[in-house]
Amino acid sequence: MLKSPTKIAQLVVTLLACAFLLVPALQSMLAGITVNYFQGVSSGLTTKWIVQVWELYAGSIGLSIWLAFACLFCTLLIGVPAAYGLARNPGWISRVLEEFISLPLAIPGLALALALLQLYGSVQGFRTHWSFILTGHVLYTLPFMVRSVLAVLAAMDLKTLEEGAASLGASPWQRFRDIVIPNAMPGILAGSLTVVTLSIGEFNLTWMLHTPYLKTLPVGLADSYASMRLEVASAYTLVFFIMIIPLLMAMQWASNRAQRIVA
Amino acid sequence: MSNRSFLLFCLLPLAIFSMAFLALPLVRLLQASGEGEAGWRVYLQILQKPRYLNTLWQTVVVSAAVTVAALAVSTTAGLFLSRNRFWGRSILLSILTLPLAFPGVVVGFMIILLGGRQGLFNMLLPGHVVFAYSILGLFLGYLYFSIPRVLLTVMAASEKLDPALEEAARTLGASPTRVVIDVILPGLAPSLVAAGAIAFATAMGAFGTAFTLATDIDVLPMVIYTEFTLSANIAMAAALSLVLGMVTWILLLIARSFSGTTAAAGG
Repeated sequence: MLKSPTKIAQLVVTLLACAFLLVPALQSMLAGITVNYFQGVSSGLTTKWIVQVWELYAGSIGLSIWLAFACLFCTLLIGVPAAYGLARNPGWISRVLEEFISLPLAIPGLALALALLQLYGSVQGFRTHWSFILTGHVLYTLPFMVRSVLAVLAAMDLKTLEEGAASLGASPWQRFRDIVIPNAMPGILAGSLTVVTLSIGEFNLTWMLHTPYLKTLPVGLADSYASMRLEVASAYTLVFFIMIIPLLMAMQWASNRAQRIVA
Repeated sequence: MSNRSFLLFCLLPLAIFSMAFLALPLVRLLQASGEGEAGWRVYLQILQKPRYLNTLWQTVVVSAAVTVAALAVSTTAGLFLSRNRFWGRSILLSILTLPLAFPGVVVGFMIILLGGRQGLFNMLLPGHVVFAYSILGLFLGYLYFSIPRVLLTVMAASEKLDPALEEAARTLGASPTRVVIDVILPGLAPSLVAAGAIAFATAMGAFGTAFTLATDIDVLPMVIYTEFTLSANIAMAAALSLVLGMVTWILLLIARSFSGTTAAAGG
């Protein structure tokens, strides 16, 4: 394989890039279970930092999981029918609508959060409720759900399938339930995993929208990076990695599977 | 219910949600940007006051440097991984793509572990090697989350290149380096432009990483944040947000017109 100097140089760059991404992640995992990181692993291994993280931040971890599932519910409810509507009306209005709801992919979360705060910041019951953060998360993740489902629906001959069902007397709702949803399943699965993963890790919007009583996991992370000792911050990051990495791997698997249907 | 009204009914929740929580808030943000002491001249102030102009300049320079570095690293690694099959390839690929959905704050912490006071470099090297909170730290943080994004775009594009073209060049006697310069890079050019635009836009708008690292550095998202929270200069925060949003949106539009893909702006 390594026949030419070019290939060796390519391999070296690839390995250096891997090291750059992997080494600090491993360091944080190690630091989270080391008694004293400054003295090194020779000071012994412990789970006390993880226990401390659990005592300090169990609430924010719970809130993040709750928000992720609420966000999934909302994006399924809004996004799946919308993707179907867009797939069956392929005109310029659908293109504009799709482009418009994709704005949160392009506009930084900070700007979106400021916009939400300007309009709804003074609505007392809403501003301090968890549903305010949920609104931000749905806003950010909705385009991923719509695009994921839309890509799968656009790749199949929906019209012929539906005409067949309609000629047998199926109502629009029956066709949606029995034909569209089962066929869109790979897209719905990939979209759902993306939504949950992004919601659990969302910081940019959440930092602006959160209140002292409503801290999500990444907000707690920022908090611990600023004010806790390195071992606690690392242990918290370790907890986050344990939650997010299986989700990320499942998400990549599901997206690749959906891509194969589209291609 | 007729077919047509059922389809409209399907689009209704999306229309209501995006009207209430996207369109109206953005209109309100635009309105708020003109409600300060300076009125609509606030947009002129961005270009007149040195503080904002320097910030803008600094943000563009860091983002451009990150874009170039990420393109160089990810194109090299991406081409290597898509052209060679070897043991451990999928592990390397996972390492290079998993950080895609790391929040910006976590990326910032990764840089602190490398270049902070208790960081790897300060422990291993003699002397005081702390760079996490400098512009170099910020650059590395942005590079950390840009590498996976660019890599995925490059690999997707390189798998669509026709291998027959490379073989033809090789049979005609081109060296591996010439094949890269004359065949592969021109073929990848649209995707490289797209990936570069994505990397640049993401770096411009990165808040989480800057929040963790750039305590002393003026980059646009941090200035927006401090104008809003510390100075309570809401009009300026709104104006800068809108300018930033316009820039990143246009960049990603360009990216899409070149390659048809787009990744989320995060960081």
